Amino acid sequence: MAHDTAHAMHPPTATGLDTRKLAIWTFIGSECLFFATLISNYLVYKGQSLVGPLPHETSQCMLHGQMATCEPIFEIPLVTFGTAVLLFSSFFVVLALNGAQKGNRKQLIGWLSATVLCGLFFVGMQVYEFYHFFHKGLGYTTNLFGSSFYTLTGFHGTHVTLGVIWLATVLVLAIRGKLPPEKALNLEIAALYWHFVDVVWIVIFPVVYLMR
Amino acid sequence: MDAQVATHEHAHPGPALYLKVAVILFVMTALEVLAFEVSHRSGWPMHGLVQPLLNEILIILSAAKFALVAMFYMHLKQDSKIFSGLLVFPLIIAAVVILALLLLFAYLRAQHPGM
Repeated sequence: MAHDTAHAMHPPTATGLDTRKLAIWTFIGSECLFFATLISNYLVYKGQSLVGPLPHETSQCMLHGQMATCEPIFEIPLVTFGTAVLLFSSFFVVLALNGAQKGNRKQLIGWLSATVLCGLFFVGMQVYEFYHFFHKGLGYTTNLFGSSFYTLTGFHGTHVTLGVIWLATVLVLAIRGKLPPEKALNLEIAALYWHFVDVVWIVIFPVVYLMR
Repeated sequence: MDAQVATHEHAHPGPALYLKVAVILFVMTALEVLAFEVSHRSGWPMHGLVQPLLNEILIILSAAKFALVAMFYMHLKQDSKIFSGLLVFPLIIAAVVILALLLLFAYLRAQHPGM
């Protein structure tokens, strides 16, 4: 089996597991705690802002140097579409991994390209969202909501960006024919990171955008 | 080595199962947004039922989506239990940290209303 062959290329370990895979899982575990602190920070300050703009309510806010009435800031349809794109990118990357393990280069390159494009779309959506919010009066220090929102989603967006760069690098290797089935673990490790970025968004999306 | 690895890691599922999981994840996301919309529109059917339970509905759907991705896309269902432990143990600590901070700040705000 191609998957087992990949592991057989490396020297034996005490656990019988590939150390690189063990390392990425340990990293993912530590990242869970990192995002838990950011989510806690957002939840603790939720609903504590004294001025707008606010996520779901009309509020009084400072706009262009004077107080004004600000509309609710979130655009749920756009973020829902971005969420769906990120979820499907996880599906695409497992199909790419399946292709890599079977030695199907066309499947590998096609689905990995789709994953990278989905990641780029998500990052683009987040850049648009931040730009749009800033022009609606929500700066990083405007209120507690702005500070906690930009910190949480900004760190997630940075993780997505790094994931896109990592997957794009693997894609270049695949295009150059340097990702044979024996090296499919290189993609599997990048895919694990990508899935983690996806599951973090699975938590952030309802907590930030949908919960009251 | 081959036998040693085979005891810990098994073949990953195929594209058919991956597609089923993707469809379920998509439907669950649609349900999350539907629950949000129903709870915010007083004229919509089931508004009275969904509004007080919105947070609980979202937590359950989110946890189910998280578990599906971890089990099937991250292959924890097939791979070594050590990997599952490396995810689940920090997740338990993370949940405790979030709950503890929420309770702490709720207590402090009750003690000092202007905080």
